[in-house]
Amino acid sequence: MRRVTLVGAAIIAALFIAGCGESEQVVVYKQGKYQGKPDSRAWENAPLAAEQRGGNWTKGDRASWEAQIKNRQLAQHEHKRIYQ
Amino acid sequence: MARMKFLCDAERCIECNGCVTACKNENEVPWGVNRRRVVTINDGVIGAEKSISVACMHCSDAPCMAVCPVDCFYRTDDGVVLHDKDLCIGCGYCFYACPFGAPQFPQAGAFGLRGKMDKCTFCAGGPEADRSEAEFKKYGRNRLAEGKLPACAEMCSTKALLGGDGDTIAEIYRQRATTRGKGSEVWGWGTAYGPGKPGAQPPAGAKS
Repeated sequence: MRRVTLVGAAIIAALFIAGCGESEQVVVYKQGKYQGKPDSRAWENAPLAAEQRGGNWTKGDRASWEAQIKNRQLAQHEHKRIYQ
Repeated sequence: MARMKFLCDAERCIECNGCVTACKNENEVPWGVNRRRVVTINDGVIGAEKSISVACMHCSDAPCMAVCPVDCFYRTDDGVVLHDKDLCIGCGYCFYACPFGAPQFPQAGAFGLRGKMDKCTFCAGGPEADRSEAEFKKYGRNRLAEGKLPACAEMCSTKALLGGDGDTIAEIYRQRATTRGKGSEVWGWGTAYGPGKPGAQPPAGAKS
């Protein structure tokens, strides 16, 4: 009887400890899914037409999209926007 | 790999709420949901009042992701924390876990039922096809897929709110902070009119 109680207590303790665990938050992109959630990536889209004032990059090329976004980020730097 | 972050410069924020309005307009956020808001501390205390614009901070180790019982969150390659509204059950755990109060819950029924969670997406949409009508209705505009940054940061009039890769915006902030100095140098004479020439005298007839 005592052994059963101890085993039961151990199982309950293990369950409580499991509740404190954290799932991994590592970015994995497999077959169009992030951690099981379907989503496409920004650079997989074609740039917008010029009149919609979107960015300019090559569809599917991550580096060119990142360069476009970086340009956009630097436009927030007023020391580089204003003529000194 | 970029890690998309927001950075708000409390020295510059003038509490205009333009970022809040831009977010509401760009994403057509419903009444009662504020993905972004401006928080002011020491309101009305001269010299001590500071404002800061707060939304989802897209944490690197997001507590909302850790506590979600249906695992509806995911992180993209750019470090943006997004969620799937088809999986969300509106339990509100993420709201309790989030230190910034970012998760919002629309009033979905006549009796104050909590709807599915809504939060800042860094203007990156959600699981639906990029730039589609379905994505816009559920999550708002996908500006990253248009080669743009979040509307709140891009339209900030004083450029207090910066958005983008953490390293890049931190560098912008660093250069800004070192240029403007600190203390009285921030809003002093030299900032307004330039350092002037050594030994220069004020113009004749000028009052001090």
